[in-house]
Amino acid sequence: MPRLVSHPEEVKIVTRRFGLGAANIDRYIELGGYQSAKKCLDQGPDWIINEMKASNLRGRGGAGFPAGMKWSFVPKQSPKPKYVLINGDESEPGTCKDHLIFLHDPHSVIEGAIIAGLAIGAKLGFIYLRGEYRYLLEIMEKAVADAYAHSFLGKNIFGSDTEFQIITHTGAGAYEVGEESALMESLEGKRGVPRIKPPFPAVVGLYGGPTVIHNAETIATVPHVIAMGAAAYAAVGTPRNGGTRLFSISGHVERPGVYELPMGYNLKKMIYEVAGGVRGGRKLKAVIPGGSSTPVLLPEEIENLGMDFDQVGKAGSMLGSAGVVVIDDQTCIVEFALRTISFYQHESCGWCIPCREGTDWLKKSLTRFHAGFGEPKDIDNIQYLAENMLGRTFCPLGDAAAMPILGFVKKFRKEFEDHLNGKPCPFAKHVELAVV
Amino acid sequence: MSLETMTVFSPQLAERFDALVEKYPLRRSALIPMLLYAQDEIGYLSDSVITEVAHRIGITELEVRNVATYYSMLRFKPVGKYNVQVCTNISCMLRGAYDVFERFQQELGIGQKGVTSDGLFSLEEVECIGACCWAPAIQVNYDFHDEISPDQVPGILDGYRSRSGVPGDGSSPQGRKARAERKAPHA
Repeated sequence: MPRLVSHPEEVKIVTRRFGLGAANIDRYIELGGYQSAKKCLDQGPDWIINEMKASNLRGRGGAGFPAGMKWSFVPKQSPKPKYVLINGDESEPGTCKDHLIFLHDPHSVIEGAIIAGLAIGAKLGFIYLRGEYRYLLEIMEKAVADAYAHSFLGKNIFGSDTEFQIITHTGAGAYEVGEESALMESLEGKRGVPRIKPPFPAVVGLYGGPTVIHNAETIATVPHVIAMGAAAYAAVGTPRNGGTRLFSISGHVERPGVYELPMGYNLKKMIYEVAGGVRGGRKLKAVIPGGSSTPVLLPEEIENLGMDFDQVGKAGSMLGSAGVVVIDDQTCIVEFALRTISFYQHESCGWCIPCREGTDWLKKSLTRFHAGFGEPKDIDNIQYLAENMLGRTFCPLGDAAAMPILGFVKKFRKEFEDHLNGKPCPFAKHVELAVV
Repeated sequence: MSLETMTVFSPQLAERFDALVEKYPLRRSALIPMLLYAQDEIGYLSDSVITEVAHRIGITELEVRNVATYYSMLRFKPVGKYNVQVCTNISCMLRGAYDVFERFQQELGIGQKGVTSDGLFSLEEVECIGACCWAPAIQVNYDFHDEISPDQVPGILDGYRSRSGVPGDGSSPQGRKARAERKAPHA
């Protein structure tokens, strides 16, 4: 079972029930569970949406779109049924927070989905978990069955005339399905390829009906926002970045783990204090701030960096899924870049040519480069390839593959140059020459 | 064709599938879960599985294959009873996942996507499995094993061997040789 960590600097809102047995519905209720959903049922949709807007809760999947605003885009009257869709296809390398939410607090996901359903007038919600999370799917299925037994779900939730049902669903292995339109395709029983936007899912989504799609962390946060009040929740974070974030800190740190810290928390402090610093007292070489698709940051760039969407954006990267990957000075950045692009090459769904071809050629170039068969012009070529992927695909996977590579080449050009002319990589170890 | 008499699945799974297709607003939404659950029971997506799933959903076999080939967990060939999946993505790589993968190769005597001759184990290098903070992590079928070191590999394999009644051979000649030749861990 995944190890839970704790640190005095944490502000436990979303994780407050972790480790307390809240997967059991009676325990969840004892810890205040389902009161937020009941309150929302009494208050009505306009009140809920206003609270969500005031909370400054932004999407935890990576894009950071304000949740309240997303809900307000759903048309009030719709000839087609509306849906709530929870994205538990957690697959961004460096990110494992939803894993813990499903394990320790599955009812918070259900309760959040109920609230979203009440806000937009949906009667049906889906919780989509990645195929690898089978044991977590079983926990979710049990939680959903228990919620039905307590009439928190069903035709008459909380004894009212309001209906809300939930269907749990498994994927079967695909990073791309974490993209919201591909997620809907997959849930409709198709290949997980993206749809062109607009129309946005809030207008035309699952089965053609208006759909709000949320990352599991976002939706698990919703009941807490209602319980503590939007203003109090917003006050925890920074302007326009309400509340806390579950930071998955991994890589070369002494104490890796998922830590809940206020939005805007200093990245340097996060690494050196919360996660115990770089492993073995080594020097920090680089940090990936928000999952493998976000551009790398150098030690000097994190000194005064607050981890919220706006500040990390200003620093030239992205908060993304808040998967902080710490890299020490014994790591080969070219190898790291190669492993990163290998992932995107494997996961590109092939729908858009710039992504399908771009990831493939980048992998080939970097493989050759890392093996010491690169030429000087390859460095510019890698950059050129990556630049030509940006903004030219239906979904963000193309950008997600290109942006980190651009970051590595720009910030570690010298290390790329050191790999030229058959020079062996000083840290070379693993990645073999598959393609020359 | 009467599915009751023709089904390739166990009665329990067939019954589960009867309910699964009714669960969604559209039958076809049951396709991907159905393929995965079918694979769990049969081991892989055989031709007869594809035929029956197509029939149950009401689409062509070609459409089923078109979808199934997209998803990395779905396969068209049998694997070992215990499919060992080693994550080597960035967070796991930084904490020695390739050493773990290498050790599995040595202990099992197979490479990427290989199957042991007794059919007990297969090995696969996989992408991120969502256990980055507990790296390096592996999955054996659906079981997670977190924070593992190469030295734990023989014990993990023995655990599965004894589950299926095969005597542990963590001290097999090739295992001993592998341990003897092992390099210092990538600390």
